[in-house]
This record gives sequence, C-alpha cells and structure tokens, in this order.
Amino acid sequence: MSRLDLNTVLDWVPTGSRVLDLGCGDGDFLARLRDERNVIGVGVDIDPENIVTAVSKGLDVIQEDINDGLHCFTTNRFDVVVLAHALQELTHPHIALARMVDIGEEAIVSFPNFGHWSCRLHLGIKGQMPMSRAMPLRWYDTPNIHFCTVRDFEALCLTLQIDIIERATISGPGQSALGSLLPNLFATSAIFRIRRANG
Amino acid sequence: MAEQFPQDSVGLVMPQVARFDEPFTFENGALLPRHELVYETYGELSQARDNAVLICHALSGSHHAAGFHSPEDGRPGWWDLAIGPGKAIDTRRLFVVCSNNLGCCDGSSGPNTFNPDTDMPWGGQFPQPQVKDWVRSQKQLAEHLGISRWAAVMGGSLGGMQALQWAIDFPDWVDHCVALAAAPGLTAQNIAFNEIARHAILSDPDWSNGNYLAQGTLPARGVALARMVGHLTYMSADGMSDRFGRELREGSFSPGDNSEWVFQVESYLRHQGTRFSTQFDANTYVLMTRALDLFDLSAGDGGSLVDALSRSEADFLIASFSSDWRFPPQRSIEIRDALLAAGKRVTYANIETDNGHDGFLLPNPTYEALLKQWMLRVGPL
Repeated sequence: MSRLDLNTVLDWVPTGSRVLDLGCGDGDFLARLRDERNVIGVGVDIDPENIVTAVSKGLDVIQEDINDGLHCFTTNRFDVVVLAHALQELTHPHIALARMVDIGEEAIVSFPNFGHWSCRLHLGIKGQMPMSRAMPLRWYDTPNIHFCTVRDFEALCLTLQIDIIERATISGPGQSALGSLLPNLFATSAIFRIRRANG
Repeated sequence: MAEQFPQDSVGLVMPQVARFDEPFTFENGALLPRHELVYETYGELSQARDNAVLICHALSGSHHAAGFHSPEDGRPGWWDLAIGPGKAIDTRRLFVVCSNNLGCCDGSSGPNTFNPDTDMPWGGQFPQPQVKDWVRSQKQLAEHLGISRWAAVMGGSLGGMQALQWAIDFPDWVDHCVALAAAPGLTAQNIAFNEIARHAILSDPDWSNGNYLAQGTLPARGVALARMVGHLTYMSADGMSDRFGRELREGSFSPGDNSEWVFQVESYLRHQGTRFSTQFDANTYVLMTRALDLFDLSAGDGGSLVDALSRSEADFLIASFSSDWRFPPQRSIEIRDALLAAGKRVTYANIETDNGHDGFLLPNPTYEALLKQWMLRVGPL
C-alpha cells in the first residue's frame, strides 16, 4: 500500500519541532522527519522487532502499548504528536485522541476512510465487510478493529472538543477533485491536523 | 595461543591493579587511608580519549567481564556475551573498563584483604560501601587511566544502578547510560530477600562475627543458603519449569520406592550454593546486599526521580526483561517515565524472555540485537 498520507504529514510538521510518532513501526517515517524536517523525534511502538529496527536508524524509541493510555508522556511535551494509519487499530481511539492533543500542541492523524464509495459498494452489493488491496484482511483476523469514516472522525472531534485546523484527503487516480469536494465518499485516506479547543 | 579463543572474544586478559594512596571517605563517614582497585580493560583508548566505556558489575560480578584468564580457562568473563570484537560493545572501536568494586572480594580492597594498620584481614571491619561510593571510586580509577569522560557507563541490575547514579552525580562525565534490569530503588520485598540472605550468613556458627578469616573458619553453609535464595530470585517460574520440570535426579516415583528423592532443581540449587560459597566472601555478600538496600536514586531530591534524573545529560537505554520478578519491567518503566518527564533522550524495550532477572546475562536475539544497534551511537562515529 502506498502511503501518500505520509507526504502530507511531513508537509505539516514544522522544521525543527519536537515530534512524537505513535505506532512508529520500523522508524522509517520518523527517520525521514529527522532527515528532511530536522525534528527531534521520539517513536512509540509495541513490537520489539520494530524497536530494534528503529534503534538501528539512530532513533529514540519507547516500547509501549498506546492502548495503555500514554501516561508516560506529560502534557505539552511535544510540538506535534503523529498517529499515521494506526487509529483504526486502537482499542479506544477516543481516549488516545484526547491524550494526543494533551501531550502535543498539535496532533496529526491519518486513517483509511471507510466511507469511500468502494467500501459502501462492497457492503451494499455483497453485504459483506469490504476487502481490497488496501484492506486485504478478513474482518475476524485484522488489527483494524475500529474503522471509521471522515464524517465519523469529524463528529468525534466535535464530541471531544477538538478543533480541526486542517484537513487533507488522498483519493484514487483522477478523483482528487472529487475527494476534496466529497471526501466522505471519494477519499481513500484522510489526514487531519487537530488541537485541543480553547476554553 | 590466542587462536584457540573464539574470534569474537577479547581473548587472554590480565587483571591490573590501581593503587590509591590518598584517603577515601565513604558516604557513611568511614575512612579508608589507602586502597587498591583491580580492573581489566579491553580494546585501545583512542588518542582523543573519547571511546572509553565503563562496565559496572552486579552483586556477584567482578572486574572480569570478558575474555579468558588462561588458555585452559573454560569460563569467560561474566558479560562476554556483549563485549568483544564485533559484539555489541565492540572492542575494535571502544575501550572497555571494568573494575572490581571497592569492598568486593575479587582483589580490590575489601573484607577479605588485609587492613594495613592491623595486618589482619578487614573482615567485618571493612566500611559499608554504597552505590555513590562506587561511582566516586570508579571516577578515581578513570582519572588514574587518563579518562575524563565516558562514552558510556553501563550495567545490569546493581550495575545498572551504578550507571544511573553516575549519570546524575557526574553529568558531564557520561555521554550514554545503559541500565538493564535495574530499579530506582529496592522494594520492601527486595530488601526482605536480602535480609534472608544476610540472616543465613549471620546465623552460621562459622560466621565468627565476621572475623572468620582470622578465626580460620568459613561460613560456607550460610553463604550457600544465601546464594540459593538469591539465585532463585534471578530465575523465572516458567524458565525453571522448562529447565527442571519435576524431574528427579535421584530416586523414582515408582510405587514402593523409599529411596532419597532429589529433584533436578534441588540438585541445581545445591550445586550453585556450594560452588558460590567457596568462591565468594561472606562479608562482601553482606556489604553488597546492604548497598542494594540503601540504593535510592531519588534520595538526594526529596524522592523525586524526575528531579534526580533532570541533572543528567546522557542518552539512555533502559531495558527490562519480561519474566524478571526481582526488578520487574515496571521498575524500569519508572526510570523511563522519569527520564521522559525530565525531557531526556531515552530508548526503552521490554525483552520477552523466560530468563528472568538473569536476562541481561543470557543469549536472546532481540536483546542482543537491541544492544548492538543502540551501541552504534556510542563513541566516535
């Protein structure tokens, strides 16, 4: 799966900022942020093999389960907290989001849009949970336990008193205009810049 | 003769002795007019003196961290797993120093050496060292060796505690700090196990009030029992089940069998205890366990681990071992969280293993890969 969402995340991360990358995997993206944006980065991942690979890239990484509440990070520790394509794997996405905007001045979240027309078509016509190249796993055997749509995410931000600063979308070939116009139907992925609402 | 050692071994090593003729004042006020430290080094100190790594040993460790003492020596140093050419602590580019702590029993001034004032073994009269004392004494050794900054200070368990103490007591000396299977201080349960060990030694009739060397006795039964209890806390329940199960070494489960039963695990513990009791000094065991009890990284900062670690300027590697119940992962997480709150650079991993507290001494692919990859940031690049 190509990860076009990461280019947007990269664009949004200010040069030289302090970044926490949640679910950093093997550290590829965090190393890119360090090399291209000169950030001071910390990664979090649950998998020991990923920790070792990220360490081999010279990164500072913390083995931790995001679902445990991220209590190790104090408020306002980071300029930006990134959660790239991991929201749908969390046990309690709403708790993680609330923590993210506490820990960071800003947070950047990207996720696959389950409201995309192909998902709707799959569910509507076949009556079964969608599977595709981007979502190749069966519903009972996938880490993706909390898929949501663009509209779902925006509604959750409202509930959590989180401000949306910026939104970007990734769409299929030739559909970027449609994706911007009707993101909930035409975006394959969405990327949000968010922060805690004032007062 | 060196070719008979493994290629990634530091090979034949010789302990060295450093003499200090100025008095050493302990944290508890006691004074040692002069003392010696035994140490080993591996690799070469660079011209810029920027590649020195200090290894701190744990309770029963010594200065002999890697390599062999003779061509016939079947047992390499205690951390040979990590130290050598091409290993995590790569002696092709790092200069490694490991000393026998002050008050220990492998050659450095301690209870089993002679008090120059009385010409008798120190015995129970040797001052009680603490972790902060060891750090200061290791600093004297560094200065003796012409080192004014460590590329890394590292250790496991009590050794990790020394590494952490180094990072906060002498921040401008420590570039990198590695604390494995460590804790910021002992729990009541930890102290209780140490007390059982000390009680075993002190209630041995051959203890002779600590002056057994002068009396010509040896509290071997007490030390063996202390070691059996200690050793038990280094292993995990699953690891023991895998290794020993319920297997018998002597006797059988056949009906009517009335022989002496000896389970494998009993035989193993007895062997460990007996071997240790002939090698390790009883007074040292008492002093070391007490030094552990007294260790409290946050003591000077009103109990705030964050304040204590705020003083450090090092990059940290903190690792725990999943089945360690002596200093469980949660204790390493306390250190990690304090470092994060203090805004320090830290990497943390919890190694999945059945090896228990001994995990930092034993082979494990993830642990070894982590240490090796992390150590690449240590020393001149």
